Amino acid sequence: MKNIILTITLSLFSVTAFAAGGAVHIDSAPIDTSDMESVKRGAKHFVDYCMGCHQAEYMRYNRIARDTGMTEAELRENLIFTTNKKGEPIKVGDLMKSAMTPEYAELAFGTEVPDLTLSARARGADWLYAYLRKFYIDPYRPTGMNNLVFPDVAMPHVLQSLQGTLEPIYKTEMRQGVEVEYVVGLELIKAGSMTTEEYNAFVADLVNFMVYLAEPIQNERKSLGIKVLIFLVVFFVLAYMLKKEYWKDVH
Amino acid sequence: MGKIIGWIDDRFPLMKMWNEHLAEYYAPKNFNFWYYFGSLALLVLVIQIVSGIFLAMHYKPDAELAFASVEYIMRDVPYGWLIRYIHSTGATAFFVVVYLHMLRGLMYGSYKKPRELIWLFGMFIYLCLMAEAFMGYLLPWGQMSYWGAQVIISLFGAIPVIGDDLTLWIRGDFVISDATLNRFYSLHIVALPLVLIFLVIAHILALHEVGSNNPDGVEIKKNKDANGIPLDGIPFHPYYTVKDIVGVAVFLFFFATVMFYFPDGGGYLLEHANFVASDPLKTPEHIVPVWYFTPFYAILRAVPDKLLGVGAMGAAIILLFFMPWIDRCKVKSIRYRSIIYKINLGVFIVSFVVLGWLAMQHVTTTITLLSQLFSILYFGFFIVLYITSKNEQTKPVPDRVTE
Amino acid sequence: MSTDVVDKDKRRFLTAATSVVGAVGAGFVCVPFIASWMPSERAKNAGAPVEADISKLEEGRMMIVEWQSKPVWIVRRSQQMLDSLPKLNDNLRDPNSDISDQQPEYAQNEFRSRKPEILVLIGICTHLGCSPTYRPDIAPADLGDDWLGGFFCPCHSSKFDMAGRVYSGVPAPTNLPVPPHYYLTENTILVGEEGEAA
Repeated sequence: MKNIILTITLSLFSVTAFAAGGAVHIDSAPIDTSDMESVKRGAKHFVDYCMGCHQAEYMRYNRIARDTGMTEAELRENLIFTTNKKGEPIKVGDLMKSAMTPEYAELAFGTEVPDLTLSARARGADWLYAYLRKFYIDPYRPTGMNNLVFPDVAMPHVLQSLQGTLEPIYKTEMRQGVEVEYVVGLELIKAGSMTTEEYNAFVADLVNFMVYLAEPIQNERKSLGIKVLIFLVVFFVLAYMLKKEYWKDVH
Repeated sequence: MGKIIGWIDDRFPLMKMWNEHLAEYYAPKNFNFWYYFGSLALLVLVIQIVSGIFLAMHYKPDAELAFASVEYIMRDVPYGWLIRYIHSTGATAFFVVVYLHMLRGLMYGSYKKPRELIWLFGMFIYLCLMAEAFMGYLLPWGQMSYWGAQVIISLFGAIPVIGDDLTLWIRGDFVISDATLNRFYSLHIVALPLVLIFLVIAHILALHEVGSNNPDGVEIKKNKDANGIPLDGIPFHPYYTVKDIVGVAVFLFFFATVMFYFPDGGGYLLEHANFVASDPLKTPEHIVPVWYFTPFYAILRAVPDKLLGVGAMGAAIILLFFMPWIDRCKVKSIRYRSIIYKINLGVFIVSFVVLGWLAMQHVTTTITLLSQLFSILYFGFFIVLYITSKNEQTKPVPDRVTE
Repeated sequence: MSTDVVDKDKRRFLTAATSVVGAVGAGFVCVPFIASWMPSERAKNAGAPVEADISKLEEGRMMIVEWQSKPVWIVRRSQQMLDSLPKLNDNLRDPNSDISDQQPEYAQNEFRSRKPEILVLIGICTHLGCSPTYRPDIAPADLGDDWLGGFFCPCHSSKFDMAGRVYSGVPAPTNLPVPPHYYLTENTILVGEEGEAA
């Protein structure tokens, strides 16, 4: 019992540690969740590059079609490639599960492969936007790559052929008498198939989709909200006049 | 219509109740802004019960299914997202409203004779509400739900001798598990709401027995006209019903703004880590209770000893129960009390808010020191009040309400 | 208290206006709660149209597919079965399928089907929801000499013929319903969707 408490207390008091103490600049993701064309492009990227290993197990394919204005045929053509685990064809209303079983994924990567449905709500859009752009060469990692915002991440850089290869710029500093080496920036040493601008736009679309994915209702929520607020203003005016009228007796 | 009511009245005290609690309940005519929060708390209770009933129709209290069932509600159930956001925003709204309602009581001495029981019922409502919120927070079964419950339940382990067995009994397992989830669900949707409703009724009955206090702290029943109606009183209905409806409109405006535009409140209402399914092997980096518990959590963290910390946290809540006896001043309203009381209450409010903020920060030496300082100020309020209220220099209280 | 005369009309008007607007608001608040009882996306997906391959269905045999968690029967009727249908008309409650809710328009014919030999039915008794049994045998001991094949409900002895038409004098009120369906190919039926007009 005591040990549990100790563990909890320690983790309570621990502070998020960034890559060897170097503050990582996380810029704000240039996304617009009302831009359904961007969400649509991002959905394609997501299926092409993420769903090989990851799932979005709380999301249904046809929801994307409905929200982005795709027909069922377009949906089948663009987003649904796989069969389900039993080998049956996937229905348009099925959940977005990957063909890879979580058990196999864990075996392959040595760690649980997280579901991505809610990662934009758990991590934030800016974090994702930075994460997908800050992989760098690190020969000490099994995948040969490390990440600035997610140190020692197990995921390989699946977008490397698009982005190209980044090399870290190190800086050494004496801290408490110990020499500490940390990354201060990244440098493109081998170009990918995209220019940096193209790649950033690619990632922005992908992140935009993931933000949509985390809360597909968000656009409808905002548009319903304004109607409710307008109604409440009207109701307030009437209620206020009614109150004024009655309180003439009192004042 | 009149016939139907007559028929019912012969068999059930319908009009009698209507008159007693609304049409002929005379409330002081000088209620101000602070007097909206009682009826608003009742409104939020109704909102929570209704939205909760509908959530329970789709939610699965099963460790394997709970997290997914919440996303099922958010995505697959028609308007499930709206019902869930109503409930999650409602939890925060409940505490906002209740805290302001309690502050009103402190400012105008609403806990003083003859209203001690109203205050005690109110404090039990507050306690019950904390339990209700805590158990409800486990149900989404995310990382914060899981580890938050783990930490809070572990607090009971600080109790000497029985502590360890007690925590085991509460959880029904060696860690938080399906058994814990299932019993918390039952308590959250059945037992505590029943207690809450009972307490609310008792709170209102006690209030209507002695009559409402007011910003002047004057007993309106002392000045009655020839018919026995208080000169400074007005019937609750229609005057305060129409006034409260205005309050409801304003309140719902704020409620809807948060619900439709900031449903996760920047991570304070729905925490980021709670969008990750619970994992008994991995604690999130930064565990903090939801904002409405943070002041007490800061007091817990400020004390460098487990048992004393838990004791201090408990005392911070329990002391509030004794307000009617700690405050020995005869004058009720802050308007006619000494500058010492005004400063003392001000410091208390500031320390409550600052403690709440401190609990959300990562622990550093400074944060701990500040937590200790403000914890002392928090408790200091009660001590200073007890000492100074006996012979407090008060201003003369008018016979009749002002305005 | 002020001595002004109370403007009763204004008061009445404002009370009515506030009440009406408030009631409208309360009505709108009910919508999401009522709507939340409709089938969820999960239920809709589970109830999505299903494909049935009838290439291996032999004459006189029945196959069952599940659609919206209900049994859907597909029977390849023999010529003899089809011939028996008109003979029963006098014993039936709705021989001409006049109750249009019980089948789509393209099945409102003497065979109650798109193709004469292929019968598609929802296998739930229109009486109280039991699933009748398929009894293609002619004049069996338990069903009597005039039985020409059909469906028999064991719960309350309702009888239906080889087109799902209900006999008169049994508890079931109407013919067995024909679900929306159409032929994707010669031998595949999609149950649950109307397809293009037949």
